[in-house]
Amino acid sequence: MTAVATEPTIAEAGAESGVSIGVVTFPGTLDDRDAARAVRLAGAKPVNLWHADSTLAGVDGVILPGGFSYGDYLRCGAIAGFAPIMDAVVSAANAGMPVLGICNGFQILCESHLLPGALIRNDHQHFVCRDQELVVENTNTAWTGDYSQGQTIRIPLKNGEGGFVATDEVLDELEGSGRVVFRYQGLNPNGSLRDIAGITNEAGNVVGLMPHPEHAVEAGFGPEDGGGIDGQGFFSSAVRTLVRG
Amino acid sequence: MASVVVEVMPKPEILDPQGKAISGGMSRLGFTGFGEVRQGKRFELEVEGEVTDEVLAQAREAAEKLLSNPVIENVVAVRAVEEA
Repeated sequence: MTAVATEPTIAEAGAESGVSIGVVTFPGTLDDRDAARAVRLAGAKPVNLWHADSTLAGVDGVILPGGFSYGDYLRCGAIAGFAPIMDAVVSAANAGMPVLGICNGFQILCESHLLPGALIRNDHQHFVCRDQELVVENTNTAWTGDYSQGQTIRIPLKNGEGGFVATDEVLDELEGSGRVVFRYQGLNPNGSLRDIAGITNEAGNVVGLMPHPEHAVEAGFGPEDGGGIDGQGFFSSAVRTLVRG
Repeated sequence: MASVVVEVMPKPEILDPQGKAISGGMSRLGFTGFGEVRQGKRFELEVEGEVTDEVLAQAREAAEKLLSNPVIENVVAVRAVEEA
């Protein structure tokens, strides 16, 4: 049999180029292992980062995973927003490094002012856990390039304080500049204003959202409807962004 | 020991689901003389020695930077409480 030369997959390209993505663990973080697994499945090397670290250990991107950092004391993400490692995350983010905040990580990005707005308790007062449909509205970010504009994806959502709020001026600005990256479809699970599920910064390298793409990266382990792997695109997009440089 | 008390409330235009839940509990218990309930936070910052203007200024800064989130909350009071 003759070997046929094929284009390397993005995962192979990521592994080949040694792309590494840090996953920050705060006291109370829960989803760091799933985030690291998602990074690994996308072909990049996951690097464990600790909240008390002051450097990012040379990683190419950073994920702030979900959970209840510092017990969510004071406000969700408030204490974590000023954790020692966040100085390094904020400077790297401002210099263009891809940063993804998932759930509690989104709350941390808002509390550390890398993203505008805030997340408050769900309007219906209940914790919600469901497979959630989202529409991808911006594919120009570091984390969404592998999706198509207007694509519907289904990934898990689990939060008690996921209601996105901001002033009308900020909401208008986000919508006007295409910085709403994901919108809830079918049902708004937490009272988020204008159905906003996720947003990005002006440069498009920092993305935060409440739902959990890292729980939908391997067939059989994600949502049953729709294949369960709709979250893969986040991580492959980041690897692609980083491989291209 | 002297202290500085900081009080933080959710902004009036921001939905307060906790207040809403408390309001439901109030009426179930027969406390019917009240309308909407809003829940805020009170912080007591212990101060070594006197509460000087500088200490108060620091407390105000902490209140804006950490104790409240200006997107959703207002700092409604920062005041000195002397030793009893």
